[in-house]
Amino acid sequence: MSVELATKPLFEGTEWTFDILDRTYNAIEQIALEELGLDTYPNQIEIISAEQMLDAHSSVGMPLMYHHWSFGKHFVQEEKSYRKGFSGLAYEIVINSNPCISYNMEQNSMPIQTLVMAHAAFGHNHFFKNNYLFQQWTDAEGVLDYLDYTKKFVARCEEEYGIAAVEEILDAAHALMDHAVSRYPRPRELTKKEREAREEEHREYEEKSFNDLWRTVPTGKPEEAPDAEAEDASERMRELKLPEENLLYFIERHSPVLLPWQRQLLGIVGYVSQYFYPQKQTKVMNEGCATFVHHYILNRLFDKGLITEGAMLEVLHSHSSVVYQPEFDQPGYRGANPYALGFGMMQDIQRICIDPKPEDKEWFPEIAGCGNWQEVLRDAWANYRDESFIRQFLSPNLIRQQRLFTLTDDASDRHYTVTAIHDEAGYRRVRETLAESYDIGTIEPDIQIIDVDLRGNRELRLQHTMTNKIPLAEKMRDEVLKHVRVLWGYDVSLIGVEADGSKVYETKIS
Amino acid sequence: MRHFVDRRLNPKDKNLGNRQKFMRRAREQIKKVVDDSIKGRSITNVDEGETISIPTKGINEPRFQNSRQGGFRKRVFSGNKDFNTGDKIEKPEQGGGGDGGKKASDAGEGEDEFTFELSREEFLDIYFEDLELPDLVKKDLREIKSFSYQRAGFSLTGTPNQISVRRTIRNSFGRRIALQRPSSVDIDDLEVEINDIELRGPQSDHDLVRLDLLKQKWHELFVSRRGIPYLDPVDIRYKRLEKRPRPNTKAVMFCLMDVSGSMGEREKELAKRFFILLHLFLKRRYEKTDIVFIRHTHEASEVDEETFFYSRESGGTVVSTALTEMLKVQKDRYPADSWNIYAAQASDGDNFPDDGDKCINMLGKEIMPLCQYFAYVEIVDERELDMFQTTSVGAELWQSYRAVKENWPNFEMKHIARPGDIYPVFRELFTKQPAEA
Repeated sequence: MSVELATKPLFEGTEWTFDILDRTYNAIEQIALEELGLDTYPNQIEIISAEQMLDAHSSVGMPLMYHHWSFGKHFVQEEKSYRKGFSGLAYEIVINSNPCISYNMEQNSMPIQTLVMAHAAFGHNHFFKNNYLFQQWTDAEGVLDYLDYTKKFVARCEEEYGIAAVEEILDAAHALMDHAVSRYPRPRELTKKEREAREEEHREYEEKSFNDLWRTVPTGKPEEAPDAEAEDASERMRELKLPEENLLYFIERHSPVLLPWQRQLLGIVGYVSQYFYPQKQTKVMNEGCATFVHHYILNRLFDKGLITEGAMLEVLHSHSSVVYQPEFDQPGYRGANPYALGFGMMQDIQRICIDPKPEDKEWFPEIAGCGNWQEVLRDAWANYRDESFIRQFLSPNLIRQQRLFTLTDDASDRHYTVTAIHDEAGYRRVRETLAESYDIGTIEPDIQIIDVDLRGNRELRLQHTMTNKIPLAEKMRDEVLKHVRVLWGYDVSLIGVEADGSKVYETKIS
Repeated sequence: MRHFVDRRLNPKDKNLGNRQKFMRRAREQIKKVVDDSIKGRSITNVDEGETISIPTKGINEPRFQNSRQGGFRKRVFSGNKDFNTGDKIEKPEQGGGGDGGKKASDAGEGEDEFTFELSREEFLDIYFEDLELPDLVKKDLREIKSFSYQRAGFSLTGTPNQISVRRTIRNSFGRRIALQRPSSVDIDDLEVEINDIELRGPQSDHDLVRLDLLKQKWHELFVSRRGIPYLDPVDIRYKRLEKRPRPNTKAVMFCLMDVSGSMGEREKELAKRFFILLHLFLKRRYEKTDIVFIRHTHEASEVDEETFFYSRESGGTVVSTALTEMLKVQKDRYPADSWNIYAAQASDGDNFPDDGDKCINMLGKEIMPLCQYFAYVEIVDERELDMFQTTSVGAELWQSYRAVKENWPNFEMKHIARPGDIYPVFRELFTKQPAEA
């Protein structure tokens, strides 16, 4: 890397214009492509006002989203804290789409705009395009069109069936949002256009073929009983592909009471949920990647004399508050800060590649001293998620730096126990525990549909397989079950079992 | 390729729909909080937005979530000071987690209050809800300032319908004089003389020279007249209209209330709403509004708002004492020639039997001539309301006041049992266009 001082910085002072933005964008792009080898979607950077940012922020960050009261709730909440000056707004929002849309606030100063562009338009953008989870689970090409379509669809339903009716379904569907992804089979590969067309066709068909007479057909006649009894339960399970962990999808497909448009609403919520599924699992990596990229690019800009010392100071100030990691006994501690952890790990990887210590050679024989840190990082960004990334790359060095330690908390014990600290004996244990805490399987409870007899009483039976005897938050659990009851139309029961299958609790909503 | 899109001019209120949906959702809780809040507010600042907290019931978004308590869990923390492997740490007494204790309660099970900001409009809307105000009145009350257009001099620009003919002609006249535009009379005179000479035929050299001169003069005048138009664009003046706040006048509102033992909390609550509505109206209409609180039992006194609504007195009920007190205050501080006087009286209708005639007398002779509007509400039990449907039935005071109502159109009286009953008392007031505007 030649250090050739530019004759003139890209900008001085804090004011920005579109010309300056353009100039700076090009300088950033050059470094991103040539030095880091990033591979991004084309960028579309939108300049918006603070109020618009507030708007976007409270609709789960999406520019197009169907209307729902819960977004209004988040809006009034954020509006209040923003107005009172409690919280600064996010500097940027970036959307996993092609082209990659990012929002910059007009109030940002030019140094911050530079930071934001490097962070979102290159860091996040590269991650979205290359990470395997995003490639597998999201459809960057079609997401905006699909959301546009859903927005219109929801509005149309509201008009046709009433706001309350739509709200009832959406509320219930939102309650199941965390259980709307089929994790193991690969997601259905339908482009958004096909999906829309299919849904529409399906709906029209069902509406056309709806025959009111069916309602009057007597149900559950006794003569069927011996049949039903004889029916092999396992046959039934096979037919319905039970157990099923994608609760929302199962209900969408099999609920005895939902109308076509209601099923379609469920499908929409399922789509949104799936779209965000990779983001949940890559907070550390995604933010780490973006932070590492902006840190590298801004420093390079400074080295080349393209930004002034003043601008660099402003950027560093903002950077260091983003990657601040409070210690466990300090106010404001809320677990690991994903920015700090991700950025720390990626910097550490860079160091290991360039300047390894003997310890690193032992822990990371493949990459220690290889020199080509860009490639190692690109590989990590593409092929890992938080859990596996930590399991693979958290180094003793960083564990010492952050002075990590693990604590076990057993409800039956009056004490917490320190089980590992940042020493030779503890490294692996700390790393493993930290990785586990990012595993979606341990963060979210495992709840599956285990049985339903569609020809019998139609009771929907759910099973919660407890991990480490951790129960569900009870009030919320019962409320969610009520929502499920609405969607299913018949009794819903939930049984909690331990890993070995022994029953802990059972509850039923009828 | 351009990478930037300027969206700053796009519409802002993308979330308005969501916000309204949310408000509708939480309506019941918000309503309750607003009502409670109004109880605690002074009449004069009812119409302000505020931060409210509502219980999360009905607006939480439940999910299947792991409980914060119970089971066995391992966690990683940063910033170890002096812990060693195997150390035992006493669990804090209450609160789950082990987050260091501090944040634990806030992660509980959604029992917290949800706090947010209500704007003035939203606040009033909710407040008006059960007052059953007509939409027009609601709109009227919500508007903060109303303006009327008033003439304010002249301007050089404007629309044709605002031309001030007088001023325009005056300007044109002045200009014509200054530029010495020949008047048509001068030209006419010349023409007459020329005609004269031409008719009788030029008799002499003198006549010929004279005719020549006249013609030359006529031509001069004619040309200069054509050069100096009668009406030039520079003369035109337009009436200038200025936005002015509604009449800059003052109003005083007398709140009279019976505070004897028979007025319970419900009655006072209704009375307060009654006063608030009148005050909102006055505040809209007048630049300055004063409120005088007069409470009475068998004797009356002027008190502050706090005492007015919240302290209790015991004793009989003599309404005329309040009227006397009102007159006294009015004479002392609010001369009728510079104040608009409004009065609102709330009572449960009791009065000392002999006092009725005295009241009629005072109202008829002294008070009503001073007042813009006198509104009386008799607060009755909800169950009794049917009984009072016909105006002829009512308690002591009602009977006396009926006589007043017959003589004075600006006197209004009504039985109320619910907030929805209040508005009709003011219907007259709100439908009347302000005469002084």
